[in-house]
Amino acid sequence: MSVLKIKDVSKIFPNGTTAVDSFSLDVADGELVCLLGPSGSGKSTLLRMVGGFETPTSGLMTIDGEDITRVPPEKRPTGMVFQSHALWTHMNVFKNLAFGLKLRKVPADEIKRRVEGVLELVGLGGYGTRSVTQLSGGQQQRVALARSLVLEPKILLLDEPFASLDQHLRERLREEVRDIQQRLKITTLFVTHGQDEALSMADRIVVMRDGKTEQIDRPDVVYREPQTPFVAGFIGTMNLIEGVVSNGVFSKAGYATPLPVSDGPVTLAVRPESLDLSAVSQGSQGKVHRVTDYGTHGMVDLELLDGTRVKAMVPHPDLFKPGQGVTLAPKAIAAYRDGRVIHRTGVVATTAHPALVDA
Amino acid sequence: MAATIVTRKTDWTGIIFAAVLTLVIVFPLVVVGTWAFTNVWRYPSVIPQEFGLRFWNQTLARADVWSSISMSLTLAFTVTALSAAICLPAAYAFARMDFPGRNLLFFSFLAGHAFPKFGLLVAIAGIFLQLNLIGTFWGVVLIQLVGTLLFMIWIPVAAFQAVDRRMEEAARDVGASPFRVFWSITLPQAGPTIAAAILLSFVGTFYETEGAWLIGAPQVRTLPVLMISFINNQPVIQYGAVLSVLLWVPSFIALLFARKVVNSGSFARGFGG
Repeated sequence: MSVLKIKDVSKIFPNGTTAVDSFSLDVADGELVCLLGPSGSGKSTLLRMVGGFETPTSGLMTIDGEDITRVPPEKRPTGMVFQSHALWTHMNVFKNLAFGLKLRKVPADEIKRRVEGVLELVGLGGYGTRSVTQLSGGQQQRVALARSLVLEPKILLLDEPFASLDQHLRERLREEVRDIQQRLKITTLFVTHGQDEALSMADRIVVMRDGKTEQIDRPDVVYREPQTPFVAGFIGTMNLIEGVVSNGVFSKAGYATPLPVSDGPVTLAVRPESLDLSAVSQGSQGKVHRVTDYGTHGMVDLELLDGTRVKAMVPHPDLFKPGQGVTLAPKAIAAYRDGRVIHRTGVVATTAHPALVDA
Repeated sequence: MAATIVTRKTDWTGIIFAAVLTLVIVFPLVVVGTWAFTNVWRYPSVIPQEFGLRFWNQTLARADVWSSISMSLTLAFTVTALSAAICLPAAYAFARMDFPGRNLLFFSFLAGHAFPKFGLLVAIAGIFLQLNLIGTFWGVVLIQLVGTLLFMIWIPVAAFQAVDRRMEEAARDVGASPFRVFWSITLPQAGPTIAAAILLSFVGTFYETEGAWLIGAPQVRTLPVLMISFINNQPVIQYGAVLSVLLWVPSFIALLFARKVVNSGSFARGFGG
């Protein structure tokens, strides 16, 4: 039952690098927020500041109204799960979980009860006497999660916890973690560079770049209505076509489409699934380069007349052959200028926002 | 099955190495060991005419032998304990903290081993003379401490550096103070390698001769110093041989201990291997 507030937090390292730049975020009680961004975007530094392992150069952080900005990690009500698990290899599973409880002088029988309870929760009941080095990667990550959960932290911090696991396990564990998080209603901050992880787990996603926030929104909004070309390109696959608008028409190397914005350079963004293709023998706007059949759908790589690569998702890949001429019909587009969205049409109706945004 | 099909080639390099090692290490040991249990061995006989424990009885009957054994053990324990108390926190600081002059200071521990040792000892003895430390127990402790610094700083530094920082942070995260983290996480993680350093330090101190002789003699007499005086002053070889065999005992015990505590990689890891 806890609220985390981060206000204007910056971190400048001694070598002059600005890792986090005036970052603000409120995480509601029981909410799971994902910090998503490429390496070097400052997301891990931010998480480490919340955990107390880095001190902010400026700014304020509070948990339930209490200032924790300069509180050392051992005195914070936060629990961190590290990417490398960071389990203590000289202790068995039980001792790894009991260590924090012992430091809090919890009676031995209660320690036993709580450790066993949490091990059951993460699906490792009866594993207490195992050495942590005997466990598989997934089991180790579960122990690391249990080690934090057993102390009932107000804020759970997860630093790319599944990065060292294989795809299959990663998918299973993120569902488990999401289930546990929702069952315990624990306020959680989650760092990842994997968009799938963020989209599937988060209540809200914070897309970060160079220590700053690019966009904070629900996963579906971040995916369907990216506010900047960076977010558009980072989440999912997006065709970003640089072109020029003149008299309400966007054009790029033989391809043109009406775009009701003022004249000037524009980046047009179209998702592959929003781009319909028609095979034509004359008046083509592009040429098929490669067709990949994924079974459920096909992906056509095509080249515009000047060689710009564009991807389109098609239901019947067998209709297209390399070298074939095609015309493009986007169902939903967004237009960006100077790093901001200036126009959007045809947003899929599941979002709560109006389909047309015109700035 | 594949392994049995491969024809074994004679490994001449290995055989030559083994032969040379046997000649220079094992053979002298066998000779000294044989002398220690010999009552009569006259030229030109290849094996002793008479084996026996006569010289063991004579050596062990001497009060100076027992007092030097006890002196050597007391010294080795004191020096190793002091060295650990001083060097382990210092090594942790070298491994984990950044402070001005860190690298220079770190390499300065090599200095004691970079010059001819005896010259250094004579210079130190000059200073000790003014401080009235010559011929005292603590004078010898000080000089032998210098000899342990390199092992007790360099090996633990590598050991502490090898401890995963995230493990320490995870301990802070669950509520451990920095000291508790060092005690419960860092030290056990670095334990085997540090045990190796302590072992080297103990055995090195036990055998240390020049410092003990120059600073301690004649009042403080360790087992190696006594052995040297036996070899120099006694025409009977057996006294020296018996003392040599006695000197092997601690290193033998240390080796057995090492096999239990120290896994094979620890020494190598200590030297950055």
